Amino acid sequence: MTSTDRNDRPRLAVWKFASCDGCQLTLLDCEDELLPLASTLDIAYFLEASSAVGPGPYDLSLVEGSITTPQDAEHIRHVRRVSRRLVTIGACATAGGIQALRDFADVREFASVVYARPEYIATLERSTPISAHVPVDFELRGCPIDKRQLIEVITAFLAGRRPVVPGHSVCVECKIRGNICVLVAHGTPCLGPVTQAGCGALCPAFNRGCYGCFGPTETPNTPALNTKLRRLGVSDPDLVRVYRTFNATEEPFRQASEEAEGDA
Amino acid sequence: MHPMTPAPFLVRSRRPVRADTVNLTLEPVEGACPPFLPGQFTMIYARGVGEIPISISGRTRAGGYLQTIRAVGAVSRALCRTRRGDLVGVRGPYGTAWDVPAASGMDVVVAAGGLGLAALRPVVQELVRHRARYGRISLIVGTRAPMTLLYPRELDRWARAGVDVQVTVDHPDHEWKGPIGLVTKLIERIVFEPRRTAGFVCGPEVMMRAAAGELVRRGVAASRITLSLERNMKCGVGRCGHCQLGPLLLCLDGPVVSYERAARLMAVPEL
Amino acid sequence: MDVVVLESLDPLIEELRSAGYTVVGPTVQDRAVRMAEISSAADLPAGVGDVQDPGSYRLTSGADGMLFGYAASPDSAKRFTQPPRQTLVRMRDGAFEEVDEGAPRVALLGVRACDLAAIAVQDRVFAGSRHPDPAYRRRREALFLIAVNCAVPGGTCFCVSMGTGPKATAGFDLAVTELDAPHRFLVETGSERGGEIVARVPHRRAASEDVHAADEVSRMAAVRMGRQVDTDGIQHWLPAAHDSPRWTDVASRCLSCTNCTMVCPTCFCSTVEDVTDLTGQVTERSERWDSCFTLDFSEVSGTHARGSGLARYRQWLTHKFATWYDQFGTSGCVGCGRCITWCPTGIDVTEELACIR
Repeated sequence: MTSTDRNDRPRLAVWKFASCDGCQLTLLDCEDELLPLASTLDIAYFLEASSAVGPGPYDLSLVEGSITTPQDAEHIRHVRRVSRRLVTIGACATAGGIQALRDFADVREFASVVYARPEYIATLERSTPISAHVPVDFELRGCPIDKRQLIEVITAFLAGRRPVVPGHSVCVECKIRGNICVLVAHGTPCLGPVTQAGCGALCPAFNRGCYGCFGPTETPNTPALNTKLRRLGVSDPDLVRVYRTFNATEEPFRQASEEAEGDA
Repeated sequence: MHPMTPAPFLVRSRRPVRADTVNLTLEPVEGACPPFLPGQFTMIYARGVGEIPISISGRTRAGGYLQTIRAVGAVSRALCRTRRGDLVGVRGPYGTAWDVPAASGMDVVVAAGGLGLAALRPVVQELVRHRARYGRISLIVGTRAPMTLLYPRELDRWARAGVDVQVTVDHPDHEWKGPIGLVTKLIERIVFEPRRTAGFVCGPEVMMRAAAGELVRRGVAASRITLSLERNMKCGVGRCGHCQLGPLLLCLDGPVVSYERAARLMAVPEL
Repeated sequence: MDVVVLESLDPLIEELRSAGYTVVGPTVQDRAVRMAEISSAADLPAGVGDVQDPGSYRLTSGADGMLFGYAASPDSAKRFTQPPRQTLVRMRDGAFEEVDEGAPRVALLGVRACDLAAIAVQDRVFAGSRHPDPAYRRRREALFLIAVNCAVPGGTCFCVSMGTGPKATAGFDLAVTELDAPHRFLVETGSERGGEIVARVPHRRAASEDVHAADEVSRMAAVRMGRQVDTDGIQHWLPAAHDSPRWTDVASRCLSCTNCTMVCPTCFCSTVEDVTDLTGQVTERSERWDSCFTLDFSEVSGTHARGSGLARYRQWLTHKFATWYDQFGTSGCVGCGRCITWCPTGIDVTEELACIR
């Protein structure tokens, strides 16, 4: 798998749909690992880094962004066809992203308010994750994704093992890191207990609550957390906002915000 | 030495036994294989992929371990892909064993489901080695399809050595003339003296519950039936906590547990 | 046991440092008492107290000038006996290398009686098992333990019920009771090396008033303890209560977030992770803290033995208070109350056990 014969190297492609490019940039941000990465993998398609395009098929495709236009919906099927393994990277590709907030409102109304000529805007009613369109081999969460986790997914792919990307809460990482629990010690609202680990408990390390960038844990108990957050004085409209960010349409977060909205 | 440090072993031979299963023989790079008892397991490490518990199915003439592995997860897939001469890590043997000599003078029922026969192979070998010490010996093997049967030649050899070998399949092919269906149905029919019978059972948990339950229904004492239980095992040495089943740490207190003990634990959902 | 009185902790801290120990003690960080390296008694939280309730921890101003006027901090000794992450094995060029991450010489100042009991529990798991861990033993030997007897029990602790406190009786090198009027420290020696350190710092022999004052501190701490657990027969009745309706109730409040297990000084569960570098030349196996509240914990071939939050909470509580006896001959709970304080939703094990019974 790790042959140095350049022709044998697995071929990597990086694709972009509706997104901010931040997750692709995470790959370029892997400074120390970038050289070994480039010598282990043939980076055949990565427009963010190079306009040279190698033909498919590809052994590993990293897909960023959500599907928001009819063209996207067509294109992702092509990507799937030319990819042996398809891994989504980031909240957009995995959960629809921040742009899925449109799902809670009328997109035509948005367009008419924002654009002078809304009839030029061809967009779908909803922003949907890649998995709503084609089979996905692995979903890497985060807004943006975590560099270490991205390298882990790639090395695990090369080694033929399951990536160590646990579905448990941020709290595990938070306590391993040695942070104090901001929820308990400061009364700071924190989504850590219902949010999947991956960021290394970044925000609590700076005495801030978790914003839920990595989406829901494997088994989130949002009603129990909401009870706590309400006790800390979080209002129902604020609870709605807390869950409607980068992973708003992930089912447990959607339910939590709708429950709070119902009460608001 | 740290209990989590594997010893380097070489793959001496690799024989595919069915589409998704291989027999590996493993020998230490240095020294001899530690002795093992029927039912014990090793933790086998596939380099860079991970480590899993695998029952020891026997000892080779050269003193190595025979281990039968089915590709179900990343680690077992990697182990199944190894080639002769590859290096793997081995820790163990660990765990409790089947007390075969305790069945001396008794009838014996060995019930295996699927890969469970890999764990029970040393039990049958021990019974056959000392055939005269035991009464009737029945070996009931349940397998998915005729093609997925483990150790077919040995089954014939054991039959010739005085073991009543019966095989049942879930999905027969057109050549299959034997029984179809659950192991339990065969246990209903075999002949043994319940009050002096020992049972050795290994397979998927539902199969073990059904088979042990049937033996008890026919009058075998639960304390004379032993099963091999499976839970998530990360360390094999009682330090990771993963393999708990109620009061048991299955890597130390198991995998071989008496049905008398296991029945109550298996009856609690999600224990 | 020799009993002496020190006027100040500074000479003791200085002596430990010159003996090659990193002295780690309570400090105030991020509005909590955290164990961190200290260089003098001035780093200790003078006049600080705490209020601990289920799901809530707040610092307050405590008794003037007292250095240990608060209960168990979120940090137990676990981080030092069982590091959250350790590399176990590195493999390259076809050889397995055992990785020795070393055993730093640390003097832990301010360890409470419950923490000592927890260390004794971990000793059984890691050193007293059939497969003893030499690295654990080295870490333990490198750890110099200075217990502080609790004067102010926390709002969530119940060490009296568990028979582990509030006074430290064994397992320490030195045990300190902080006394006031005048401010001084009664120091008991629990080991040879503890005696050697104390002999080298200015001290006087304890008078009977000093000893009585210290006894009174521990007596009052015991009397003022707010919570209790009836442990009578718990090894039998708790596992037998596996179908209690209370499990459903507590599961509705449990986040499965793992905080209770992370702060618990005896929870020892770990998992092993395999890491490879991009070139595939070097592979490493490392062990990190894990928790029975994660789904993966009970995974076998893609299915989870304990899929529900109910089953996971039941496993943790039953193991901690009952089946731990079957496995290690002791309770897994030392009554420190951390799981109660640091549970975000404030689940109180003492209350749950009372309801389940």
